[in-house]
Amino acid sequence: MARKSSTANRRHPLATVALIAIGLLFTGGGYALFSSTATAETSTASQTTIDEGKKLFAANCASCHGLDLQGTGEGPSLLGVGAASVDFQVGTGRMPMAMQGPQAMEKAPQFTAEDTEALAAYVASLSPGPAVPDESLLDGEGDATNGAELFRINCAMCHNVAGAGGALTEGKFAPALTGVAAVHIYEAMVTGPQNMPVFNDKNLSPEDKRDVITYLKYLEKNPSPGGYELGSLGPVAEGLFVWIFGLGAIVALTVWLTAKSN
Amino acid sequence: MSTVTTPETAPAPAAAPTRPSAPRSTSSRFTEAAANYIDERTSISGVVKEFGRKIFPDHWSFMLGEVALYSFVVILLTGTFLTFFFQASMAEVVYNGSYVPLKGVEMSTAMSSTLNISFDVRGGLLIRQIHHWAALTFIAAIGIHMLRIYFTGAFRKPRELNWVIGFILFILALAEGFTGYSLPDDLLSGNGLRIIDGLIKGLPVVGTWISFLLFGGEFPGTDIVGRLYSLHILLLPAILAVMLALHLVFVVVHKHTQWSGPGQTKDNVVGSPILPMFAAKAGGFFFIVFGVIALMGTFFTINPIWNYGPYDPSPVSAGTQPDWYIGFADGALRLMPPGLEFELWNRTWSFNIIIPVLILTGFIVVVLVYPFIEAWITGDKREHHLLDRPRNAPTRTAIGVAGVLFYAALWGAASSDIIATHFQLSIEGVIHVNQALLILGPIIGYLVTKRVCLALQKKDREIALHGFESGRIVRLPGGEYIEVHQPVDEYERWKLIDYNDYQPLMIRPNARGQITAVQRFRAGLSRWFFEDRIAPVSPKELESGSGHH
Amino acid sequence: MAHDDLSGKDITAVSSAGVSHETAAPGTAVVPTETFENPGFPAHRPRVTDTDPKAEKKAERQVYTFFYLSIVGSIFAIASYMAFPIEDGDTGALRLHTMMLGLGIVLALFGLGLGAVHWSKSLMANQEGIDQRHAVRGSDETRARAVEIFKEANEESGFGRRTLVRNTLLGALVAFPLPAVVLFRGWGPQDENPVELLEHTMWEKGARLTLDPSGLPIKASDVTLGSAFHVIPEGLNESEHRLEEKAKASVLLMRLDPAKLKESPERAGWSYDGIVAYSKICTHVGCPVALYEQQTHHLLCPCHQSTFDVTEECKVIFGPAKRALPQLPIAVDGEGYLIAQSDFHEPVGPSFWERSSS
Repeated sequence: MARKSSTANRRHPLATVALIAIGLLFTGGGYALFSSTATAETSTASQTTIDEGKKLFAANCASCHGLDLQGTGEGPSLLGVGAASVDFQVGTGRMPMAMQGPQAMEKAPQFTAEDTEALAAYVASLSPGPAVPDESLLDGEGDATNGAELFRINCAMCHNVAGAGGALTEGKFAPALTGVAAVHIYEAMVTGPQNMPVFNDKNLSPEDKRDVITYLKYLEKNPSPGGYELGSLGPVAEGLFVWIFGLGAIVALTVWLTAKSN
Repeated sequence: MSTVTTPETAPAPAAAPTRPSAPRSTSSRFTEAAANYIDERTSISGVVKEFGRKIFPDHWSFMLGEVALYSFVVILLTGTFLTFFFQASMAEVVYNGSYVPLKGVEMSTAMSSTLNISFDVRGGLLIRQIHHWAALTFIAAIGIHMLRIYFTGAFRKPRELNWVIGFILFILALAEGFTGYSLPDDLLSGNGLRIIDGLIKGLPVVGTWISFLLFGGEFPGTDIVGRLYSLHILLLPAILAVMLALHLVFVVVHKHTQWSGPGQTKDNVVGSPILPMFAAKAGGFFFIVFGVIALMGTFFTINPIWNYGPYDPSPVSAGTQPDWYIGFADGALRLMPPGLEFELWNRTWSFNIIIPVLILTGFIVVVLVYPFIEAWITGDKREHHLLDRPRNAPTRTAIGVAGVLFYAALWGAASSDIIATHFQLSIEGVIHVNQALLILGPIIGYLVTKRVCLALQKKDREIALHGFESGRIVRLPGGEYIEVHQPVDEYERWKLIDYNDYQPLMIRPNARGQITAVQRFRAGLSRWFFEDRIAPVSPKELESGSGHH
Repeated sequence: MAHDDLSGKDITAVSSAGVSHETAAPGTAVVPTETFENPGFPAHRPRVTDTDPKAEKKAERQVYTFFYLSIVGSIFAIASYMAFPIEDGDTGALRLHTMMLGLGIVLALFGLGLGAVHWSKSLMANQEGIDQRHAVRGSDETRARAVEIFKEANEESGFGRRTLVRNTLLGALVAFPLPAVVLFRGWGPQDENPVELLEHTMWEKGARLTLDPSGLPIKASDVTLGSAFHVIPEGLNESEHRLEEKAKASVLLMRLDPAKLKESPERAGWSYDGIVAYSKICTHVGCPVALYEQQTHHLLCPCHQSTFDVTEECKVIFGPAKRALPQLPIAVDGEGYLIAQSDFHEPVGPSFWERSSS
């Protein structure tokens, strides 16, 4: 669990593996909160996990990413992407891809939490990369004000100020951020999946990332004070609404108003 | 020659149940005294006599202008409330209100006071949202009101000038909308102003200086919100109110148009009297319109400035769009093909800005002067008080549809990014399709609409001549099967045949025996308008035609 | 009661083809010599409420029920104002407050509106009223009198006769608004020239690239492959004209694989080991262009979709913008921090008339 949770611990080799497990369990549905024995288990299970991951990788991923993660014409090299990247791509169902397209689409995860953890452990074991973040960074208890400002400067241009998502070039898009697990938001910032830029710890410190997550969770938890948000899409949604509902209702009422009563 | 008879069929006294007159009560004596007091000082009885029983025709489409009027009243009421709290200053303050994620953030006083209205004034957010929804409704209502006027030909003599006044009202409403949108000084409105700044800077010769003077120095400066505020709450509403009054005066002077129908001629107005019927309906309708707007303000978030945060030139949000009514202008900017900027004589010619500005100006001017163009083409100097059914003016209707589609392509382009994400298309594809639609849409729309109108007119003729299809098939003694047509009664028929019919203009030499180019041009336009006309059924045709079946 | 202001007058027989205004030209309109007769009004259909006293009573009840509901709504709104207060920082409470207050007001408005309309539709006498139209133009006598008045005024004043008086008056009227034009100059600072201002930004030789918004300096080693940093010049946050300077000096810093950068010879030294810095202000109308795609190296403007290719010195590959985003030449100082080599070599942001690349 997150009791030993200081960022310094992440340098410890075993702790890395432990944290992967924690993150993955958290993703699986927040059950990590109750698995007090997770640390002990993962440290002993790590080698078997890696072996398990190797098998899964060879069967499901190697055709595009190559047996040694070196990449092929179909998919990029995974050397150095780290456990965080695997956890994000597999945990959100983006990998394996259903078909080639402008970008990998989010869908129901194809692997169980354990399998995802195994894959991540395997990929991380071959070449180091960003690890699955410590749970203390995902608690949503940071500074929402700082998070909001950083979000506006670094994220809103693609994801929209309310996290409703937005369009990119050539059919790509920045997805909506509502309902995305904190761990996946963090991993996306660290690893820069697909066309998203990387936000390393010098750009946004782990604390900053925690604040950004805090702000996004604040938006999720606190409904808009003004009522239903109409998708938080801004003036386009408002304009459509006023024409369809506002004018629609008013015109219907004018018809009633001027109809001859029987 | 038709004669309009008084509606003898309406037994007026019988329909209104007579009530026993009550004995003179205190209240009726008070009313009398009060009325006397006022009349002796204002001569109001004359006004009541003149206007109290003025007739207003009943049709749903005649209420659309009122929707605009009523939303304007709602805007005035809620806007006045907002002025009590809003501070139009761009001085930097540190926000210290109730909204947690912005606490301690530096922002302009305008933004901070707007947040206070939203989070710290009871009912403030409701009023702000009603104000904004009312503004969107106001301009939308003006839009459909104008479409109604256009498609029914209600802009014809003597109402051309009122069309112009109405159009100025529309432009003023746009200006009101845009200035209001910019006041909170949030990220969305700030980027909107940034676009305006860029647009102005791109104008040849004067652009740089106009931007510099408007913003009081370099963009964004510290003046623009205050200046827009003066325009928004003082200058524009004052002009708007005067124009609105003038618009309504003309409605009274001209009396309202009406549909052609049995008993309804161009020399009368048939409908309900202002007192009591129309006053009750229109008065009630004010509260209904207010109610619908209040309903939107109650349940639906509009312009959540707390999400956008204060304006800062560095961030921007995906889906940065203007409010819907400026969308067509934003769309015009988006649809410009790449590369339209040149340097010539050491100056920059930003045709990627000049062209959309010219296109929009041209579009606006054409709409503004359309009544005069059509009047010139028809040469018709008569007064028109009976509305055209859109099908009975096929070319006008087709032009209108083409204009609507042109506007729609621009408008749709302004939401190209939202369309792309929601229908999983590429943004480039959406823009290219919109570029094609901008040109092809109006052409196809024009041709299709004209054909549809003519087809409908033909069908009307059929029905007027032969009645409508009853669906009953009978076999004639000769073995032939026919469908029995049910003839229409004279009331129905009247609606089908009472419309204006025009021929193309004949080119004739003038007094000096010349045919001028202008004359040719006019004749060409006239031919374009009227060559495939379908004439209304005449009594002769009916007589000879009715023998067929 | 149907046509008050004409009672006693006969409604004149009129043709549907416009004979009554024979003075006005019909233009190219076909004026039929033979037309159908306007059949006049169809028979009046009484409403249920006119014939059935029970229905009338029922309608009456409905109307006052609407009005009662409206009163209830108003009271509900007042009660909600007090019962659902705004609590500091609680958006849920604010949402409830807004909805409850609004609901009361909506009920009050709809009650009033629906009640009044229902009353007018079902209970008020509903015969058609008729007004007679008159030509909009004044009668010939009125017009003659108007002309005469103008003539008299002209004679009495000598407006047409005393031409010098008239012309100087017109001249004075034209001249008098002109000072306003001068006054408008005061809208902008007197001692500044916009063109000069637009040509320079805060960037200068040696200025450190710092993070937006914190102002912390950035080391070249911090900028890993695929990163995008939002950058402001050192000292911007303390600047007197913070937003004005930021509107020109905002920069996006990206690191690409140096092999992918196609740099022209004259810009060879402007990047550092694959790190490039470009102005964030769109060359179209000035939105921040910051949608960086780290695989395709496209930069997209969210306002009008101009797309720039970072590998090709940010030249435009789609959208209405024409010019490439200006590049900020960068270098590394002794401590490893990124610095600017100079200001931008061209004005940033939207095009303006006086701008020229030479």
